[in-house]
Amino acid sequence: MESLVASYLPILIFLGVAVGIAVIAIVASVLAATQRPDVEKNSPYECGFEPFDDARHKFDVRFYLVAILFIIFDLEVAFLFPWAVSLGQIGMFGFWSMIVFLGVLTIGFIYEWRKGALEWE
Amino acid sequence: MPMAQVPNWIPAAPELFIAVMIMALLMFGVFQKHQSAADEVRTAGYVSNLSVTVLALGILITIAFSGDRVEIFNNLFVTDPFAVFTKVLVLIGAGVTIIMAQSFLVRHKMARFEYPILILFAVLGMMMMISANNLMALYLGLELQSLSLYVIASFQRDDARSTEAGLKYFVLGALASGMLLYGMSLIYGFTGSTDFVQIAQSLSKDAADGPGLGIIFGIVFILAGLAFKVSAVPFHMWTPDVYEGAPTPVTAFFAIAPKIAALALFMRVMIGPFGGLVAEWQQIVVFISMASMLLGAFAALSQTNIKRLMAYSSIGHVGYALIGIAAGTEAGIQGVLIYLSIYLVMNLGTFACILCMRRGDQMVELISDLAGLGKTHKMLALAFTIFMFSMAGIPPLAGFIGKLYIFMAAINAELYALAIVGVLASVVSSVYYLRIVKIMYFDDVTDSLDRPVEKSIGWILTLSGLFVVVLTLIPGPIMDSAKIAAASLFAG
Repeated sequence: MESLVASYLPILIFLGVAVGIAVIAIVASVLAATQRPDVEKNSPYECGFEPFDDARHKFDVRFYLVAILFIIFDLEVAFLFPWAVSLGQIGMFGFWSMIVFLGVLTIGFIYEWRKGALEWE
Repeated sequence: MPMAQVPNWIPAAPELFIAVMIMALLMFGVFQKHQSAADEVRTAGYVSNLSVTVLALGILITIAFSGDRVEIFNNLFVTDPFAVFTKVLVLIGAGVTIIMAQSFLVRHKMARFEYPILILFAVLGMMMMISANNLMALYLGLELQSLSLYVIASFQRDDARSTEAGLKYFVLGALASGMLLYGMSLIYGFTGSTDFVQIAQSLSKDAADGPGLGIIFGIVFILAGLAFKVSAVPFHMWTPDVYEGAPTPVTAFFAIAPKIAALALFMRVMIGPFGGLVAEWQQIVVFISMASMLLGAFAALSQTNIKRLMAYSSIGHVGYALIGIAAGTEAGIQGVLIYLSIYLVMNLGTFACILCMRRGDQMVELISDLAGLGKTHKMLALAFTIFMFSMAGIPPLAGFIGKLYIFMAAINAELYALAIVGVLASVVSSVYYLRIVKIMYFDDVTDSLDRPVEKSIGWILTLSGLFVVVLTLIPGPIMDSAKIAAASLFAG
């Protein structure tokens, strides 16, 4: 039981470091930087929207399209990390499996490009 | 770097072939000239024909590489005669529905080359489902199939009913996938594996004191998810709306290929990992089977739209197929496979007839629009009559043989109540099948349907009509291969 808890020690240290860095960043900015607040700077930031507005708001369907196209490559990177870490063990077959997977994604990418999904207008 | 350890991929050759061809077709289609509407139609025609060729070659490859049970890819994927049999049915169904769709898509200005490609993706998913030997592989195949189907359902994207069908199917399908996943997580938690063979071993080890409550819950959730995919009764609500709203060739595809694939998956899961727990799941399958047959029979009586009627009819047919699964015996599975092959042909024929229901180039969907078809279109009415009689299970036609094998299996498994309900539901359902025949031959012509029947549809009608009539005389090949397929499911 002791060793089980002990194996989580790095996470505890990591948490401490993370909290420390966050506190240092905020405190340092208060102490060292010149503070010149205005309304826009104080409002919470949200990409492309007014922060306080009716939630039932129509917005362009193209946002969804971009989001979907983004997700594909986001996931691709999520797959690439474990692959890159274990490349030494999985050998040539593992290497070529990922290349085939990237090839399939590329075909999807060429399709969306040719279809004009990447053009905003 | 260690040397490449290439796994044995030969048993998955049909899937790999279709996957590579999908990508090739996608690139071929998107690099064609797309200046005018005529270009679009031409590209759609090319890709559609090529897709049918791919599916035909897929059948050849599936049969050429068939053999005894082989497990590959760390036992995620299995091929056996059962998989080969059901894959061939799915491929035939998909190929013929693509041919049926061609002129419909052009007429309704929705001829885009993505349509056959989406069907190919769905077929690939179905083949993965059929060959799944692991809960993960099962889910991957099921989702590839379902996602493609959601898009195809709303393919007529400027039509409110079609988009509604797609959205309904998507929302309810996602719910069913959720239930399936929850059941799978329970099974994994209580048996410690997602592999079908290991689940079966783990369940047989503690067979003495019966399975735990968690296992039962897992099976019930998996059953609920699968029942949604085959549209069996407590989970059938989406079927009539989706069938009515989707474009007619899409409805034809929905009624055939996904049903066959999902029932094949149903059989593999129930007989494979949960084969030792027949006593536990039998009562559930008996219930959904009875409920499907009765609802299919009674709800269809008051329908006026032929696509809606076919939806209830397909719910009823799933009920009959489930009888064979409820029996849980080799004869039962053989019965289901025979039933599915006959169901495939009957539905292809019936939907080919429904696709002929046009007036002034517009589709008409009311049953009353068929009035007087016996006088205006003699051959079409004859074909429609044959399919309706066969669906009702009138003796010399193929539909009778399918029901016969199913009911025999139920009697031999001592499921007398189920067999009796089945026969009674079959009598009730013949009312609406025969009503169509009566409307065609005895009602007065109001407004004639368009002539002539297209050549490709004419061929589909002729071939499927011949199959339905002749099967009673030479049932041998299908009976034998279904027997081998059913035996292979129990051997594994």
